[in-house]
Amino acid sequence: MAEANLISTPKEAPREADEPRDSLVVRFGADQPLKLDSGVELSPFQIAYKTYGRLNADRSNAVLICHALTGDQHVASVHPVTKKNGWWDTMVGPGKPIDTERYFVICSNVVSGCMGSSGPSSTDPKTGKPYGLDFPVITIRDMVRAQAMLVDHLGIDTLFAVAGGSMGGMQVLQWAASYPERVFCALPLACATRHSAQNIAFHEVGRQAVMADPEWRGGRYLTEGSNPRRGLAVARMGAHITYMSDAALHRKFGRKLQDRNNPTFSFDADFEVESYLRYQGSSFVERFDANSYLYLTRAMDYFDLAAEHGGVLANAFKGTQTRFCVVSFTSDWLFPTSESREIVHALNATSARVSFAEIVTDKGHDAFLLDEPELFAIVRGFLDGAAKARGLGVKE
Amino acid sequence: MNMQTRLYRELAAVNGSRGTTNGRVDLLVVAQMVEPGSRVLDVGCGDGELLKILTETKNVDGRGIEISREGVNFCVAKGLAVIQGDADTDLVDYPDDAFDYVILSQTLQATWQPRIVLEHMLRIGERAIVSFPNFGHWKIRLMLLLFGRMPRTANLPETWYNTQNIHFCTIRDFRDLCHELGIKIETAVALDAWGRKLRLNFPWWVWNLFGEQAVFRLSRRR
Repeated sequence: MAEANLISTPKEAPREADEPRDSLVVRFGADQPLKLDSGVELSPFQIAYKTYGRLNADRSNAVLICHALTGDQHVASVHPVTKKNGWWDTMVGPGKPIDTERYFVICSNVVSGCMGSSGPSSTDPKTGKPYGLDFPVITIRDMVRAQAMLVDHLGIDTLFAVAGGSMGGMQVLQWAASYPERVFCALPLACATRHSAQNIAFHEVGRQAVMADPEWRGGRYLTEGSNPRRGLAVARMGAHITYMSDAALHRKFGRKLQDRNNPTFSFDADFEVESYLRYQGSSFVERFDANSYLYLTRAMDYFDLAAEHGGVLANAFKGTQTRFCVVSFTSDWLFPTSESREIVHALNATSARVSFAEIVTDKGHDAFLLDEPELFAIVRGFLDGAAKARGLGVKE
Repeated sequence: MNMQTRLYRELAAVNGSRGTTNGRVDLLVVAQMVEPGSRVLDVGCGDGELLKILTETKNVDGRGIEISREGVNFCVAKGLAVIQGDADTDLVDYPDDAFDYVILSQTLQATWQPRIVLEHMLRIGERAIVSFPNFGHWKIRLMLLLFGRMPRTANLPETWYNTQNIHFCTIRDFRDLCHELGIKIETAVALDAWGRKLRLNFPWWVWNLFGEQAVFRLSRRR
């Protein structure tokens, strides 16, 4: 990959943040600030997004996809930086469970991301330099507020569906709580209504790895021409372990050695699993901004939907007419089934219309992104039923 | 053949003289007891057959709870609002009066606490519909009497050591429990071995002897 393509260089990161490639951008001026949970107003700000399929005449077939921590708006098309296929192109596309021949799919980069929505690598209009840590701290609710402004901008009143996994699932739940009348059906996958202490702990390790890298320079690495690659790679390596499972790691790698027959009695990547993690770390830093990683992990840590509603989760969904499809995976230890069950209990307590499936897999948390035929069947069936109820009719 | 036609054809078969043993006859009897357009919770909904019938022919707002993961995932993929859960532990999460009907078909005898389950059903729903195999059927009585072994029939083929059915009752037992809990029996139907309805004017003891299964529609006594 040519160096110029990478967003990790001090020159390219702000450029991708301000003028993202292969994306649509909506810019909100001083008259439309983003009011943040921290009390700060972010203005001006911008949202980068992609759309797939066509919006129907009565604007009733829009599906909003919310991406996870390190995802972006390139859900079903080639990523401009990595040149890889969209991160959920098994789920979203023509004839796929979220069928772009039937639905108008919108996916936006979250605020504080690094692929074209305002974030720490964007240029601060006050200084003409990247924000760095001067960017305000963002919450999941702030991300959703910004998405709602995008949806308004697109002239869509009610979304047919909001779907996402992990941090995307948190946004789905927030959508259902904040704008119940604007969400016909919701698919929160592999997520929870609050980040657990264990998950906050893992995130803190990741953040400390970034901050411990001398190249981080107190968050000013873009202006100072450096890049905390090592720190971010270590953060990614640690996080990546939490996305898999013991069984999947064992199945994939076991104790196999990498391109050698005997251990080298050194600290080389002797084991395949080490080599794999190093690769995951180093490829991640080519497409992701270290400060964005700090902000996004923080947003997940702060998420606690019950706390927003007087400590009673059911109050978040009181009177909801939204149809829910909650999915968890047996080997997901980051967002275990018990946490999905809490969502379901809260929804039952409000007599909400909820489907809940747990899928047997050894692929861990990442299963929602992978080839899981049962997940595809469930999403397709759930959306078909909802489309019928919404009067979207059969596929033309 | 569309669902409506199928239901009525099957209902006709149930009500007619020839009868049928194909499929779950009790489901059709249950379906007949539900008012169109009502809110229904099917506890132990299996593969969602009843919910599908009710949704398509009675336009109900249906939800289901099913204990087996395969059953749940199958139902959800069919677009039914079904969650994985257990009648014994999960009914407690539902608020009072959330449904018009709470249905428990062929599941009561497999619960740990049938009495508590029944009480929850009539707390959550205005009405409850319960179907169960009648352990007072003459064949079952005869098997125990003649052979001295736990009865096994075509409908209840499991051995005593691997059956899910841990709380069998007879029609008479169930009626007694309803009286004890102050539950009103709105209608009751007993089906014979061929799935035919037993005549309404037969006395209870006849039902208890010749009914292979029973379906009760219950409500709270006011």
